[in-house]
Amino acid sequence: MSTSAAGYVFRPSTLEGIREVLTLARRTNRSVGFRGAGRSYGDAAINAENIVLDLTRMNRILDWNPKTGLVKVEPGVTIKQLWESILPDGWWPAVVPGTMFSTIGGCVSMNIHGKNNFTLGPFGDHILEFELLTPEGEIFRCSRDENYDIFRSAIGGFGMLGCFTSIKLKSKRVWSGLLDVEAINVPSLDAMFDCFKERLESADYLVGWIDTFAGGKSLGRGVIHRANYIDQGIDPNPAQTLRVEHQQLPDTILGILPKAILWKFMKFFINNPGMRLINMIKFRASRLLDRGGTFRQSHAAFAFLLDYVPNWEKSYGKGGLIQYQSFVPKDEAREVFRKQLQLCKTYKYPPYLAVFKRHRPDEFLMSHALDGYSLALDFKITKRNRERIWKLAAEMNKIVLKASGRFYFAKDSTLSSEDARAFLGEKALEEFAVMKRRLDPSGMLETNLARRLFGTS
Amino acid sequence: MPDKITKAIVVGASSGIGAAIGERLVTQGAQVALLARREEELYALCNRINEHRGEDLALPVVHDVRERKTIPGLFQDITTRLGGLDAIFFTAGVMPHVEPDEYSTDKDALMIEVNTIGAMAWFNEASKRFERLNKGRIVGISSIAGDRGRRRNPAYSTSKAAMNTYLESLRNRLGVKGVSVTTIKPGFVDTAMTKGMSGLLWMISPEKAAGKIVRAAEKKKNTAYVPGQWRLVGTIIRSIPSFLFKRLNI
Repeated sequence: MSTSAAGYVFRPSTLEGIREVLTLARRTNRSVGFRGAGRSYGDAAINAENIVLDLTRMNRILDWNPKTGLVKVEPGVTIKQLWESILPDGWWPAVVPGTMFSTIGGCVSMNIHGKNNFTLGPFGDHILEFELLTPEGEIFRCSRDENYDIFRSAIGGFGMLGCFTSIKLKSKRVWSGLLDVEAINVPSLDAMFDCFKERLESADYLVGWIDTFAGGKSLGRGVIHRANYIDQGIDPNPAQTLRVEHQQLPDTILGILPKAILWKFMKFFINNPGMRLINMIKFRASRLLDRGGTFRQSHAAFAFLLDYVPNWEKSYGKGGLIQYQSFVPKDEAREVFRKQLQLCKTYKYPPYLAVFKRHRPDEFLMSHALDGYSLALDFKITKRNRERIWKLAAEMNKIVLKASGRFYFAKDSTLSSEDARAFLGEKALEEFAVMKRRLDPSGMLETNLARRLFGTS
Repeated sequence: MPDKITKAIVVGASSGIGAAIGERLVTQGAQVALLARREEELYALCNRINEHRGEDLALPVVHDVRERKTIPGLFQDITTRLGGLDAIFFTAGVMPHVEPDEYSTDKDALMIEVNTIGAMAWFNEASKRFERLNKGRIVGISSIAGDRGRRRNPAYSTSKAAMNTYLESLRNRLGVKGVSVTTIKPGFVDTAMTKGMSGLLWMISPEKAAGKIVRAAEKKKNTAYVPGQWRLVGTIIRSIPSFLFKRLNI
């Protein structure tokens, strides 16, 4: 959310419409980049001066079976549309990102993960089948039994192989609209790791927040939220808690401030002293409230933290923000993240938000996941700090690569082409290149991200 | 610190002020599409600029502003090749010699077509783009000749006066959207247009003029006289009452 560019945007609502745009692109010799809701942090859905194929109008739910939990959707259906239609029947999407406004097409292209990556894997793990339209006009039906090579390359293939035209997913059965949630205050990075380890076996969701302003012995202090599904028969009134109305996020903060304009007030706090204060209050409040018990929270309230304040990204001002997220094998993560947090201090650019998660490896070719942890750091970008932040990121990249860590296309803004090649490895890159030549021989599909990392122009 | 221009279009760039603006922008590290009718001069200029700079920043595009229908397509093509656009400079202009007692509609039409309609055609494309993006710079090279209707070349004065008004309207349309529109009013600049004229006041080189023009664009000035002292002259000339002005040989 610190990169901008102009492109020629088309919003077809039918398969025919998509075909027309691809034909137009061929005729005018322009590249095509796919865009869903545009919720990637970096340049994954941007295609400067070329065609941007916005799929948000391909937003029909094609089939829903409340007995099996199988749903078939067009790529522009959002996570919000999905959960709102299946929850009343007792189902929840197996994997959701931190915002409900992403499209399913985007979630598949980036193979996104949620706070349950360590138990249920990434989004791709719950896809049974999809149809992919290539720039050549061919449609491939792909699943674990059919065209598996395309299946494992296109999921997480950042829109470089074709356009998903339909996606079949399986959902997760839930017996209540609520989750059992526990907030655990941890005084240091070591405690954060230890607590994650302790709860890994029994938790359905785990996410850590770190107060990046704390240093010394308190470096890495923060709050962990653990959540578990509620077993059948425990919720006395599931018919009510499973209703969409029961899930809504509050419209006002503290009952006074309408959240629609909250970002305007937040603006005054999005600076070092302001965020130091907010981080401190958040940490202290959680310590005060941490009585070791659990409370109940709706699925939506727990999952979609980013949607609490609409337009929150605007509060970062003109230069926007970037999120730096790295994934590090479990044995190296502690040291790597400690170094990263210290580096931020050395550079005097404390991240304004830091989120910690646990992951597991998956079957997909261009995967970002591994058996380890990730740390996501939000940096405010201004004209003055931009260069230095990129330098800081480059230093952090080195540490991550040395530990055989990985990165994530949905978040990335700072990787160099060498860094990207290093973490993916020649073997995966070659396999992906072969697939690209097969499905998109003219190289029509491109984005700013693709050009930056793989120089495909 | 004003934003640097990194990607620009200069229309009318094979010689004179246009060529100097192109060169100046490249010197600052910008990628510039240079448009002109005369292929040979244009390529020679771009080659020279690129060689001097050591990288291919100047992009030659052969174009006659009278071919209006090609402009929308060409504009998109250029923005794609540049990978974006920060600013457009329209410097194309013709001023054929007109005798004191000559009334040639052909010559008049040519001046309006190139100097005025040409500018509108390019600025319209740029405006559409900049308006949507809420940023961008539009720079029109007008003339002090547009401040009053002079006896020497009625249609030239008219073409520049029309450009001034057009730019003012654009400024009022786009200013609130973060797009700057700058009217440049050069005095006498040592170019082909002033060749053979003698005793011209405060004559400056195209390079000097270009430096001042680019700076005015970067500072998002509304109107800039080049060089600055012409502002005073312009103000006086504009305030001379007609009964007096018609007796003066200006």
